[in-house]
Amino acid sequence: MVTEHRIDIRGCQVAYQRGGKGEPLLLLHGMDGRASWESVLSRLTEHHDVILPDHPGFGASGSGEWIDGMADLALFYLDVLDALQIESCHLSGHCLGGWLAAEIAVMQPQRFKSLSLCAAAGIRVDGCPMGDAFLWNPDDTIGQLIVDPQARETMRAKQSSERDIELMLKARQMSARLAWHPRFHNPHLRKWLHRLTMPTMIQWGENDRLFPVAYAHGYHAMIPNAQLHLYRDCGHFPMLDATDRYLEHLDAFTAKASA
Amino acid sequence: MKFYSFHLMPYGALDLDYVEKHISASLVLPNSYYDPQIGHQLYNRYLDELELADELGFDGVCVNEHHQSAYGLMPTPAVMAGALSRSVKRGKICILGRALPLLSNPLSVAEEYAMLDNITGGRFIAGFVRGIGVEYHATGVNPTYSLERFHEAHDLIIRAWTEEGPFPFEGKHYSYNYVNLWPRPFQQPHPDVWIPSGGSLETIRWASDPKRKYVYLNVYSNVDVACGLMDTYRNCAEAYGYTASSDQLGMALPIYVAETDAIARREAKPHIEAFFNKFLRMTNEMLLPPGYTSVSSLKTLLITSRETLMANHSLEAVDKLGMFLVGSPETVRQRLAEFEQRLGIGHLCAIMQFGSLPHAQTKRNLELFAEEVMPHFRAKVTAGSCP
Repeated sequence: MVTEHRIDIRGCQVAYQRGGKGEPLLLLHGMDGRASWESVLSRLTEHHDVILPDHPGFGASGSGEWIDGMADLALFYLDVLDALQIESCHLSGHCLGGWLAAEIAVMQPQRFKSLSLCAAAGIRVDGCPMGDAFLWNPDDTIGQLIVDPQARETMRAKQSSERDIELMLKARQMSARLAWHPRFHNPHLRKWLHRLTMPTMIQWGENDRLFPVAYAHGYHAMIPNAQLHLYRDCGHFPMLDATDRYLEHLDAFTAKASA
Repeated sequence: MKFYSFHLMPYGALDLDYVEKHISASLVLPNSYYDPQIGHQLYNRYLDELELADELGFDGVCVNEHHQSAYGLMPTPAVMAGALSRSVKRGKICILGRALPLLSNPLSVAEEYAMLDNITGGRFIAGFVRGIGVEYHATGVNPTYSLERFHEAHDLIIRAWTEEGPFPFEGKHYSYNYVNLWPRPFQQPHPDVWIPSGGSLETIRWASDPKRKYVYLNVYSNVDVACGLMDTYRNCAEAYGYTASSDQLGMALPIYVAETDAIARREAKPHIEAFFNKFLRMTNEMLLPPGYTSVSSLKTLLITSRETLMANHSLEAVDKLGMFLVGSPETVRQRLAEFEQRLGIGHLCAIMQFGSLPHAQTKRNLELFAEEVMPHFRAKVTAGSCP
């Protein structure tokens, strides 16, 4: 059973969902906010004590107007873990949240039992441009990033009400604040990926048009002992386009890392 | 009222069929559409048109800054202002304006504006803008910091103009150990500052602050909206405890005058429609990148007027909305008198060449406007005159 919580971290309200059986798993959402996790959250909680926050500037969390970049946000999350008294946990992130997870894990690698990066931002692969998500309109974005027709409809339905539009615009604004330039990456992160010595897994859709599959290979080459899973007929959201394969790999990976 | 000839210097030879292949004349339109041979002719022709405006008695000439666009070919407007600074003998030279947040070294604007002010002996007007949304895509500058960077760069420039250097400047986005401007501006304490803007309440309140009393120049709003924004400025001034003068308010819009209404409308039609529908064409995502406007105003825009940015504007529609003044000298005089009365403005920046409008028509437009319209509006500066 997942419940809604709020915690004040240095003047910024952080809204988060928490629930499930197993070891704590901090799950960091991507540029769209929590929306893409709604349909798989209950299945994730079967084997994990999932903590899924809205990042500052997203969803129901405070604006975090003093957070000026990914380094600020990564340090902020170390404060969040301290406040929640989580000494050790699994760390998982998608898209923007994957970049965030890599930054946090580089800072305190000993704190994390495992790291899983799904369609993660954070690096640039020269000669292989990312998609320009900030030029796509909401409908294009869904078409570009999701392969499965049913998943497309599910996500479209989350963009209809006035409240949905407001959340979408907030998400876009904070994503831009964190990732407009340098676009969706930290040029210095790659210098420190060797610190990620915990069990690491990279999950990626072969049809990801935001961060093409070369980015998965880029991470795979730079993180020691990382395992890589690529999904066919899958775009930027493996948890939507390849739900079963995504969950199967994640469950097996964290179980092995905990053993 | 004072009159200025405002040139956007578009790539007037643009193949308008580009719309079949490309979504906009900015950012994504391949520069293979630009022919340098034609560009050479256009730049010189446009400078001639501004020089003619000066000879015809306009109070000033205006240029501005745009990037990676067929809509305006002045990524560095000071090149044009520099060329004009020796040939424009009477009128003022206005840059409307430099896009401060796009710069990594805004002190360069303080320097180039001070140079122009010195060369012209104080016939310079300093415009500051944030740049349009698409330019944040073009330059990579983060639009969510646009406002912070604008204010910080502005403060730096004014301090560089008015305080003895060297002094250090300690900002979040810009910092300098030495700010020590050579040359200092010719006008004291500094050149007049104009703020061209669509017009948010925050911008207008900031511009009308008695510390600044900057000229607010409305660009491309329809006349009803513009009237509301001028009232906002006057109300802000009243709240600050003073009455705003018409000299603090201006409007920029395209104008076309010909011998009769029918001739004017017939001649202007393809060019003004190209201007609004082809040269200015942009998607919401290009025009309004995240953070450039607040979430609440963006939401209102998306919900209420999803289509308007890409709307097809006809001459009849933009004429009716007051986004374009067109007709015989008599008609334009009447419309302008109505504008002056309703808006209470003291400055009119007339865009006498728009889109693909050719030289002969631009020239006659300038001449008719200067000879048959401008003299009827001379020497009227009124305080708080809007009904």
